[in-house]
Amino acid sequence: MKRFISLFLIALMLAPMLFSCSESEKKGKTLYVYNWGEYISDGSEGCLDSNKAFEDWYYKQYGERVKVVYSTFSSNEDMYAKLSSGSVSYDVVVPSDYMIERLIDEDMLAPLNYDNIPNIKNIVPEFYGPDAEFDYYDEGSVYSVPYFYGMIGIIYNTEMVDKEDLGSWELMWNKKYKGNILQFNNSRDAFGTAQYKLGIDVNSKDEKDWRRALEELRKQKDIVQGYVMDEIFNKMEGGSAAIAAYYAGDFLAMYENNDDLDFFYPKEGTNLYVDAMCIPKSSKNKALAEAYINFMLSEEPAVANALYTYYASPNKVVLESEEYKEGMNEIREDAYELMYNADALKTATPYKNLPGSQLALINNLWEELKSDIEISPLIYVLCVGIVIALASFGIFFAVRKRIRNNY
Amino acid sequence: MKRKSIFQRMAAAPHIVWMVMFIVAPMLFVLYFAFTDEKGRFTFDNILSLSGYSNVFILSIAFALIATVICLLIGYPLAYFMSKASPRTRKLLMVLIMLPMWCNLLIRTYALMALLDNGGLLNALLAKLGLGKLYIVGSDFGVILGMVYDFLPYMVLPIFTTMTKLDKRYIEAAADLGCNSWQTMTKVIMPLTVSGVISGVTMVFVPSISTFYISQKLGAGKIDLVGDTIERLFKNTSTYNVGAAVSLVMMVLIIISVGIMNKFSDDDGGIIV
Amino acid sequence: MKKFLSSGYIFLIFAILYAPILVLIVFSFNEGGSLSEFTGFSFTWYKELFNDEQALTALKNSLILAVLSSCIATVIGTFAALGLHHMKRKWAKGAITSITNIPMMNPDIVTGVSMMLLFVAVASIIKANNFMGFGTMLVAHTTFNLPYVLLSVTPRFNALDKSLSEAAMDLGCTPARAFFSVELPEIVPGIVSGLMLGFTMSLDDFVISHFVSSPNFQTLPLYVYNQTVHNVKFSMYALCAIIVATILAILLIVNFAGSMGERRSRKVKGGAR
Repeated sequence: MKRFISLFLIALMLAPMLFSCSESEKKGKTLYVYNWGEYISDGSEGCLDSNKAFEDWYYKQYGERVKVVYSTFSSNEDMYAKLSSGSVSYDVVVPSDYMIERLIDEDMLAPLNYDNIPNIKNIVPEFYGPDAEFDYYDEGSVYSVPYFYGMIGIIYNTEMVDKEDLGSWELMWNKKYKGNILQFNNSRDAFGTAQYKLGIDVNSKDEKDWRRALEELRKQKDIVQGYVMDEIFNKMEGGSAAIAAYYAGDFLAMYENNDDLDFFYPKEGTNLYVDAMCIPKSSKNKALAEAYINFMLSEEPAVANALYTYYASPNKVVLESEEYKEGMNEIREDAYELMYNADALKTATPYKNLPGSQLALINNLWEELKSDIEISPLIYVLCVGIVIALASFGIFFAVRKRIRNNY
Repeated sequence: MKRKSIFQRMAAAPHIVWMVMFIVAPMLFVLYFAFTDEKGRFTFDNILSLSGYSNVFILSIAFALIATVICLLIGYPLAYFMSKASPRTRKLLMVLIMLPMWCNLLIRTYALMALLDNGGLLNALLAKLGLGKLYIVGSDFGVILGMVYDFLPYMVLPIFTTMTKLDKRYIEAAADLGCNSWQTMTKVIMPLTVSGVISGVTMVFVPSISTFYISQKLGAGKIDLVGDTIERLFKNTSTYNVGAAVSLVMMVLIIISVGIMNKFSDDDGGIIV
Repeated sequence: MKKFLSSGYIFLIFAILYAPILVLIVFSFNEGGSLSEFTGFSFTWYKELFNDEQALTALKNSLILAVLSSCIATVIGTFAALGLHHMKRKWAKGAITSITNIPMMNPDIVTGVSMMLLFVAVASIIKANNFMGFGTMLVAHTTFNLPYVLLSVTPRFNALDKSLSEAAMDLGCTPARAFFSVELPEIVPGIVSGLMLGFTMSLDDFVISHFVSSPNFQTLPLYVYNQTVHNVKFSMYALCAIIVATILAILLIVNFAGSMGERRSRKVKGGAR
């Protein structure tokens, strides 16, 4: 006991010490960044730590210490839930296209001041400028600067999947691979897989279309191993699952660790997404946030991030960088073609934001899918057995007690 | 001597203020959200919409029940055998059973998942032995296994404590009066350890019914328990009102089941005479 | 034979209980970082862990939060126990005790959700947009620590000899002075065990923190959670190994020097969490 007290006292003394040193760090501004998981070069295995690089760069440039507090989400919906709760504020968020549209519609984003983002000139004209084709979610890029883009495809393990089954979304519904299929754990992407398979418009405003997609997902529920997001990395790399639909760039990251994996874009068409950096209205450090965005567009961090995530970059300096080309070649010879696949791009469609009632419907259908659980008879039998055993036990003792009390 | 100073009368005041602000008020907010819609109008829709979750509730109760019973069946003999050991070994065993309790649940659950996953160590070993794969992660069995694994110590420890405190003379007396060891077990030891069993059962049942991490990892997001539903409603779809309704119903469910269990212990208190 | 069977059973259960944790610890030294194949011994992941600023910050935050919340809870709780001790009205006493116990009886997720609703509502009223953070975490942790403090301190008050403090007051002490110089020393062991319980509860909590935290104040369990929902860095295995080793060391020291087990089991009997 005495030792425990002393231990506690040590902790007590240590805490303020740690606290004070954290105080000294805290001087200066803090920038809250909210990004997808595994979506920035984080300094592991010798790559550049982009956030740290920004802190250093900012100090060199402006002589002021800033701190980047970086946190991650696993889906657009998670990000929206956190942002809209209003109790946490962020300075830079990186949602995908349809979510940016929603945030703009709900007036949650602040327009960017491009005077603070001169590096916007690095963005290729397809993504920024008068002829931009891929700023469909934010015409004229008023609120957002593209970070990366890509398409969804199917990742599979060549050791576990037969060649003749490849090529189509059907693979995700193939009963042969029961227990080895991973589905997205967010509503838009999961419904998307079913919609592309059925040939339904992913932005359909017709409830019946969504119900059909739900039926398809219900059929699939029995054969999927689970609904996961970034857990997919460990599962696919470790051979715990054979088939998963996921974002193309992440496939290359997984391939790096397990070369049994391979990838294809389904022939029925797939989803194109653009993830872009935006500043929420609630941000208190807008200029600093713009400096951050600007920094991420400059060569060193942009190339490092592109080589860490392997996603397709809309950034000229990345595309022209020798280091980037080499890095992509190193991982896989066709990595470049895979990420910038013109054929797939032609048939790919983006998700669009939908009206509020539609979003509520998707939410409800998603809930329906998740809460639709089949309870196996064995579970029922076990429970009934337990309840009967408990009840008879109770009755037995009650009766015995009464008999004894009669003596 | 009836004088009570201001000091004595006011001593509980900060606690009462704290309690009202941070225990009572949050509960009222749960009630408020459960019975209103997004615009703050009174409605029963949230509660009514829970019929869609009936299977989730049934499954959660069933899993928690099964996990609790398995824990009891494994834990009771374990506690009994442990209490029979020599004092020094007993102390060591006690530390060993407490270590997992003090160790974060996330770590243990993740470790279990990593071990059991289709590409994990267990299946790698099975493959080396030329046996087939065991698909545990993503199945009902996996989730129940996770609950049993995570909460078994919570069952063993209270039973073990009541057993070590058991007066040995009762057992000797029973033996003297001609009980064989089975009779001693059922007529003396079991009734005297009911209080330990009851607290063990609550300590396993309540976290099992409300878990979301175990079903997320070992159920791979496919098996939806009440905890997952609440977590998703608050953290993903941001439908607080329905989420509050689910929480409310779960709270009521737990109050009822804990009540039933305490009733059990009251009744059984008088078994041995 | 019987003896052999019982020790075999104990061994088997403990082996199962520890297998995943041991695998995790062993593989934290794995060069390749895979969890199914051991490729070579190395300290790489430990080195990486100690360079991981996020993990170290989380550890620091966890300690600060645990110390502060358990201290505040202990102060409030001790005075509350004093006030309750002197309270004459039975119903008020009963009401306060049962309300205090709500966070202990409720599943963590319900407590977490209710706190989150409160904070979100308050934030929207005062129009603050970064309301969550250290403050809300501190409030939440203090709240769920309170019942444990009361649970450990109240019995000490009940065992007090009332005549002592009355004598002190007769001899001219003010009630406050009587409390500090006569009663307080008697109840110190209860206070200390309450403090300990609160400290460990707070250090261990994930579920409640999950609902009331913000990115600028991450605790260790939240860090572990964030790791396990994304691509797990292998340095996390090293972190887990260190946590387990630390807890084992503390438990061994304390248990073979003091009697902490009894305290933990008192908590167990106190109710479910």
